[in-house]
Amino acid sequence: METRVLEIRKGILNKNDEIARRLRERLHACGLLTVNLVSSPGSGKTAFLQRTLRMLREAGKTAAALVGDLATDNDAKRLAEAGVPVKQITTDGRCHLEAQMVSDHLADWDLRSFEYLFIENVGNLVCPSSYDLGEDVRVVLLSVAEGEDKPLKYPNIFNSADIAVITKMDLAEACEFDLDAARRNLQAVRPGMQTLTTSAKTGTGMSEWIECLSQERRARNSAD
Amino acid sequence: MHELSIAYSVVEIATQSAVEAGATRVKSVHVRLGALAGVVRGALEFSYEIACAGTMLEGSSLVVTELPARVYCAVCGIEVELESVQLFCCPRCDTPSGDLRQGRELDVEYIEVDLPGDEHGNTSAGDTKRNSEQE
Repeated sequence: METRVLEIRKGILNKNDEIARRLRERLHACGLLTVNLVSSPGSGKTAFLQRTLRMLREAGKTAAALVGDLATDNDAKRLAEAGVPVKQITTDGRCHLEAQMVSDHLADWDLRSFEYLFIENVGNLVCPSSYDLGEDVRVVLLSVAEGEDKPLKYPNIFNSADIAVITKMDLAEACEFDLDAARRNLQAVRPGMQTLTTSAKTGTGMSEWIECLSQERRARNSAD
Repeated sequence: MHELSIAYSVVEIATQSAVEAGATRVKSVHVRLGALAGVVRGALEFSYEIACAGTMLEGSSLVVTELPARVYCAVCGIEVELESVQLFCCPRCDTPSGDLRQGRELDVEYIEVDLPGDEHGNTSAGDTKRNSEQE
């Protein structure tokens, strides 16, 4: 019996990364912009997405959404009210979505008929940060009720995101939310990150967000 | 906690390489873990033992090398280690930098395995190595 060293040098999430890479290629071939929404539970992802989907539909854009949830399909039902195709991914207690789950749930959709695909991740600021879902843009949501220091508490996910959206701005005063401090903390963990301030309830900042999506899609498609 | 599923992936990757090399047992697994990989070391170590149970990795040790986050500072013209992942800023000149060069690593670097020797005292891995050198 002899002991030997075997070099491996392989990413532990290699399998997920490879599925995500193939998925991204497939989505790009269809001209889609794919957005992965991550945040803590209760930050307003569903309300934000609901309004986003409705606004896109009203503007004549086509969109679809996948929504990850641990156990219920409540969010999928809410999103379907926006009048666009929505599918639920129930993770059975798992704390994050993986690329294979996304891929499986896209199987019977004609992806060429959509311009935008949204993936509402499981509400969790830790685990989803490690999993590439084949998205073009990762958007992290932060509600005013959570406190300005969330980015400092969860630097991994905020650093891994491309855009930060501050939600529930209609509650900012009641929560004594310090917007400047929040912006400073976001910039501390992700210098240069684009930050939008919104309220899905009043509509504040939502048209800027829609414009941002449209710019991202143009940039994505001209890059191919 | 996603560390358990990460631990199962570690076991799967190590088992595959060990079996391919004709090993009978894995003694240790060496993993590199970046400060921004989104994995808690203690939780991974705890999960590892559970994931190894009943496999050829049972009783093996997990050796974790933690890698700090490093960014490129355009002002200093060098790569620098961040003092904290809560402040992406060059510790020498205070210039913010998001140009991450190290910190997302989450990989199996190498494993140590037991190989059965043949009647000449050579190991199958030794043969594999010689073969690959000839190619």
